Amino acid sequence: MKTATFKIWRGDAQDGRFEDYSTEVSEGMVVLDAVHKIQASQANDLACRWNCKAGRCGSCSAEINGMPRLMCMTRLSDLPLEKSVTIQPMKSFPLVRDLVTDVSWNFKVKTQIKPFKPRPPDRPDGTWRMGQADVDRVREFRKCIECFLCQDVCHVLREHHQYDEFIGPRYLVYVAALEMHPLDTEDRLPELKQAHGVGYCNITKCCTSACPESISITDNAIIPLKERVVDDFYDPLGKLWKWVRSKSKT
Amino acid sequence: MAFPDVTFKRSSFGQTMRRDAWWIQPLLVFSGLSAFLTYSTWAAFQGVHYTSGPYLSPFYSPEIFGSSPHSWFGPKPGWWPGWLPFSPSLLILWAPGGFRLTCYYYRGAYYKAFWADPISCTVGEPRKRYLGERFFPLILQNLHRYFLYVALLFILMLSYDVWQAMWFTDPTTDQTHFGIGVGTIVLGVNVMLLASYTFGCHSLRHLIGGFLDEPSKSPGCMKAYSCVSCLNRRHMLWAWMSLVWVMFADLYVRLCSMGIWTDIRLI
Repeated sequence: MKTATFKIWRGDAQDGRFEDYSTEVSEGMVVLDAVHKIQASQANDLACRWNCKAGRCGSCSAEINGMPRLMCMTRLSDLPLEKSVTIQPMKSFPLVRDLVTDVSWNFKVKTQIKPFKPRPPDRPDGTWRMGQADVDRVREFRKCIECFLCQDVCHVLREHHQYDEFIGPRYLVYVAALEMHPLDTEDRLPELKQAHGVGYCNITKCCTSACPESISITDNAIIPLKERVVDDFYDPLGKLWKWVRSKSKT
Repeated sequence: MAFPDVTFKRSSFGQTMRRDAWWIQPLLVFSGLSAFLTYSTWAAFQGVHYTSGPYLSPFYSPEIFGSSPHSWFGPKPGWWPGWLPFSPSLLILWAPGGFRLTCYYYRGAYYKAFWADPISCTVGEPRKRYLGERFFPLILQNLHRYFLYVALLFILMLSYDVWQAMWFTDPTTDQTHFGIGVGTIVLGVNVMLLASYTFGCHSLRHLIGGFLDEPSKSPGCMKAYSCVSCLNRRHMLWAWMSLVWVMFADLYVRLCSMGIWTDIRLI
């Protein structure tokens, strides 16, 4: 069996450091397996959040060799094991202990977003009819497992700490899922421009590259939202065209 | 949405725990865009050697005023200020330049490569202040769709240039014959790549059907939206291929015009 070295962040919000651990690794192991092995044999007090070990729960988010990833979905065979593997907690959120961060800010953000408001039912039995293609478009956003890796990698939060003015890629995806929903009637564009801060995004696509669910966050969610904001706030000719069309219809 | 008490440590410029060669991509983008900017600025100010036979360099098309037979309204106008350098290219290059400058792909690319904002994902930045695209001048990026409208017209005009590039004048008889030269193919590929880039534009994707919550109720919009989305998935590829090829197309016409390269007639 091959031996690999892991530099794991140990400590809390006040103090911390990387500590080295060596352990035997075998074919098929993921980073979370190695962390569990170290936890069982060398560091019983190592704090690590995990649940499904299958890339579905989004609990084991961390930074592996400096890149935000799910520990359960990062195969050791994909890492250069001739060098030590660094594992550290997500930088964008307050550290609780070791690899565990407090991501509760995200849930507070979610409460600020206007909820789903469907149009009146299409049929007397209280049901709606939707085109499959329209539903497919927003289904991509429902794949999100809320691992918050996109929030972690986004430089607006990570480096510039605009937590009060920017909701981050995860919640832009959430807003896109609502805004583009074929049944939804709510208008979130004024908030999107102001309180949600979509203008902070400068399209560097780090969120897209970090997403373990391969959601095209930038191309399919953020840019379409930016374009909808342009429709309402920055496109006088477009507004004029819509006004002319509405007049010609009436 | 105030954040809980926490002391964040800002990374210094270039600081990262990444092990990969993260600097290669911004370096390539910086080199590629710098090379294009340098060449296109030089070529735009030349004002000569932009036509060769039926070929017109894409940097000079449409030639609104100019001395070549492709000119729409004749030579340089008399009212043009004497102190201002004149080149037919300077009258039109603002349009494709503005289209690329405000393009969603290029924005992300040059914010990283030229402005280091961030230089790469999870790598420390040089500046503390960050305003995003919310204030002047970057708020002007929202004008992208207006540049798109002009860019769509350019596709039509460049397509017409390809048509023109199929008609060669015999210098002895002064008669025009249909033909295809390597230059015709170079200009044709140029239009194809530019069209693939322009028709895959994020703004076009929105305007053509993306703005609808139920595009399937407008089958025409839905079909167009699907087509644009298909091109949009490779927007970066089209952006780079069209950028390199438009530069090559100008170089081809220029070198043929200077007599350094000889255009081969295929038909």
